[in-house]
Amino acid sequence: MGRNVGVRNRLGPMTGDRIFRFSISCSSFLMIFILFAIFATLSYFSFPAIKKVGLSVLLRKTWNPHAGEFGILPFIVGTLLTSFLAISLTIPLSLSIALVLSEYLRDSKIATFLKGGIELLAGIPSVVYGLWGLTYLVPVVREVAILLNKTPYGVGVLTSVLVLVVMIVPYLVSIATEVMALVPSDLKEAAYSLGATRYETIRHVILPYSKAGIIAGIILSFGRAMGETMAVTMLIGNSNHIPRDLFGPANTMASVIANEFQESTGITFSFLVLIGLVLLCITFLVNILGNAILKKTGIVREREVSCL
Amino acid sequence: MLVNGVVRVRKSQQPVRERTRFRILRDKLFRYVVFLLSFLILTPLIVILYHISLKGLKVVSWDFLFSLPKPAGEQGGGIYNSIVGSIYLVSLGFIFSVPLGVAVGIYVSERKETLLAKLTGQLSSVMQGVPSIVVGIIVYCWLVLPFRTFSALAGGVALAIMMVPLVIKATEETLNALPSSLREASYALGVSYSRTVLKVLVPSALNGIITGILVSVTRVFGETAPLLFTSFGSQYLSYSILKPIDAIPLRVYTYAMSPYPEWHDLAWGASFVLATIVVTLNILTKVIQRRWKVRF
Amino acid sequence: MESPILKILNFSAYYGELEILKKINLDVYKNRVTAIMGPSGCGKTTLIRCINRMHELTPGARVSGKIYLEGEDIYEMEAIILRRRIGMVFQKPNPFPMMTIYDNVIAGYKLNGIRISKDQMDEIVERSLKATFLWDEVKDHLNRKGTFLSGGQQQRLCIARALAMNPDILLLDEPTSSLDPRSTAHIEDLIGELKKRVTILLVTHNIGQAARVSDYTAFIYLGELIEFGPTAKLFTAPDDRRTEEYVSGKFG
Repeated sequence: MGRNVGVRNRLGPMTGDRIFRFSISCSSFLMIFILFAIFATLSYFSFPAIKKVGLSVLLRKTWNPHAGEFGILPFIVGTLLTSFLAISLTIPLSLSIALVLSEYLRDSKIATFLKGGIELLAGIPSVVYGLWGLTYLVPVVREVAILLNKTPYGVGVLTSVLVLVVMIVPYLVSIATEVMALVPSDLKEAAYSLGATRYETIRHVILPYSKAGIIAGIILSFGRAMGETMAVTMLIGNSNHIPRDLFGPANTMASVIANEFQESTGITFSFLVLIGLVLLCITFLVNILGNAILKKTGIVREREVSCL
Repeated sequence: MLVNGVVRVRKSQQPVRERTRFRILRDKLFRYVVFLLSFLILTPLIVILYHISLKGLKVVSWDFLFSLPKPAGEQGGGIYNSIVGSIYLVSLGFIFSVPLGVAVGIYVSERKETLLAKLTGQLSSVMQGVPSIVVGIIVYCWLVLPFRTFSALAGGVALAIMMVPLVIKATEETLNALPSSLREASYALGVSYSRTVLKVLVPSALNGIITGILVSVTRVFGETAPLLFTSFGSQYLSYSILKPIDAIPLRVYTYAMSPYPEWHDLAWGASFVLATIVVTLNILTKVIQRRWKVRF
Repeated sequence: MESPILKILNFSAYYGELEILKKINLDVYKNRVTAIMGPSGCGKTTLIRCINRMHELTPGARVSGKIYLEGEDIYEMEAIILRRRIGMVFQKPNPFPMMTIYDNVIAGYKLNGIRISKDQMDEIVERSLKATFLWDEVKDHLNRKGTFLSGGQQQRLCIARALAMNPDILLLDEPTSSLDPRSTAHIEDLIGELKKRVTILLVTHNIGQAARVSDYTAFIYLGELIEFGPTAKLFTAPDDRRTEEYVSGKFG
């Protein structure tokens, strides 16, 4: 037949081209290597811990390094509990804001103002939220606890959940608004022209259409909540027991690492690395799942942005 | 319509006028609830900004910005070393992440049909999801343990790991969005592949790439967790890459968790400075994004 | 006797298994305008993209046969060298949006890293813009980006950019199909002027344009060269029945 002259099948004839192609593929290999190294490092340093107790450590309830007891269930519960509660409160708030921004007040000045406010919230660093929580939220929670006849720690699950909500809302809002913007306007027009109220259009057209994307957003926000460290560390009270009470202290996987890593030695160090590995794996899976669903909805961008 | 037929039949057995009133009321109620919940979020925003300004401005002064921390118990002191440290660390993060991120972004966009590109693209999104504290652990194992010292280098690498995925995504997406006519015009002039990418495509994509870089810089400026075990923090001013170094978020954390009330006030001052920097960077990013829009 | 600057011999082009061009034999004469006309999708654009070897940028592209530029086999040269000797202008004007007008004209040199002095650059820019009758319109705006120009002006800028490289042949791929009638007329006049300094190969699906502007015409249909000859003959007394039907508007 003919000479196959597709450029894809041969290197550029000039050295410049060859060097260029080589460098950019090297950089990709480097990225993959870094990722591999991340997992390898965590596995290597947590190995002594796994060897000592095996994976049952995930289900043990007592964390007392001095007594040689290493159970990380309290932290898994702490993480899941705080994240789950935070997400439950975030969903109605975020969806409302998303609806306002993309439906009720679309393209209006108020919407820009609201959007700006949300972006501002997203930009405030976690430590600052923690400081604010310590100074202003803790006394309030303490008062409420007294009213309810509970131990007035002030810090604890509830306090950290409240601050987590404020931090996660902008994230879910940005995903939800993007998803809702994809709803074709002729579908909405069809509904309105049939006499549907706005509520009905939202309920029967917009939300069902955006369902997949919103679920993905919720999953991703959940992952974000789980990885949140500083504000939670400052507000959760640093207790290594399974939390029994919303008003009581606890620890998440992230916060126990933040609290104990620096002074840890020997096998404790290894266990903390193990906690890090577990946290990484959980957030990993959650992110992959969320991104996969998001991709299917046609939102090409995978998200982890702090602004809208 | 779009509702399942069974429910519709039952409802239409009600007199139309009553049903309509109910629907209108429900619509109104929903609207109020939604608006309430939406603007509810502004309350913490306003309150937080108010408190940051109130407590922060009490403390922030020229002296605060340019002097070093004083030991516990002494009045005054500043965060100069933290400001210097933050700039130092973010610059290191920039140096490590931008060349790598842009190169990978170019590869993923240019060779998107290869397995390596698809894999790298996926994996860098995944890397975005690594919790910041875990990044700290990893870099601790890589750079602190072997050298037996906390260092600015470790802190910079930790921040770079957080920045790279954002830079890759920004580069990849902007390049993907460029029209093919640009590339064709360059080839028709006899320009080689590498020159076409480096002198035509990347310059046209510069807006998006720089925006992505700025977004990642803004993000890591406020990060504390990756620095806890890497650069560690310090009371002293340091320019050494192999010694611990402070950063503004670290200082906020240290002061906030301390038992001294004077230090709590200083924490607010540092928070104010930090918040101002982050907000300014945000605005800067938006301005650059708008000003530099390239039309095709 | 007219001398051919380009000889196309038994040339076929494929996308994978699909044969787009079937054994084309064509001579392109120096300093003449040769129009390549035919209905849409018949391979005209593919043909000229093969001449400057842009065809090979598509994955799965294959060719057979030979093309000689002034006696040299173009497939024996480096593609990027070839493309500096053959310039191309596209259907939709594509000036580089992030470069000034000045830089756009001189882009071929800058991008290829060819070092010339500022004086030489100024001279090339002026010469090229004058050749496309754009000089007077933009000489005071050389440092502005080209996006404020009208479609017709942008296209002339692209022609100037190609001319700046002093090519032997200029390939014009339906250069006026995205322009308004007035700009189209300007560019057709320009083509008449340009042939004095460069050989022109013009792809068009506009029969009138081919008749107005070209010296020779090649009629391509379904990948085959149906007829080639002096324009006057093709339009008044074509040899092939299909040619006759096409020029009288019976199809295409």
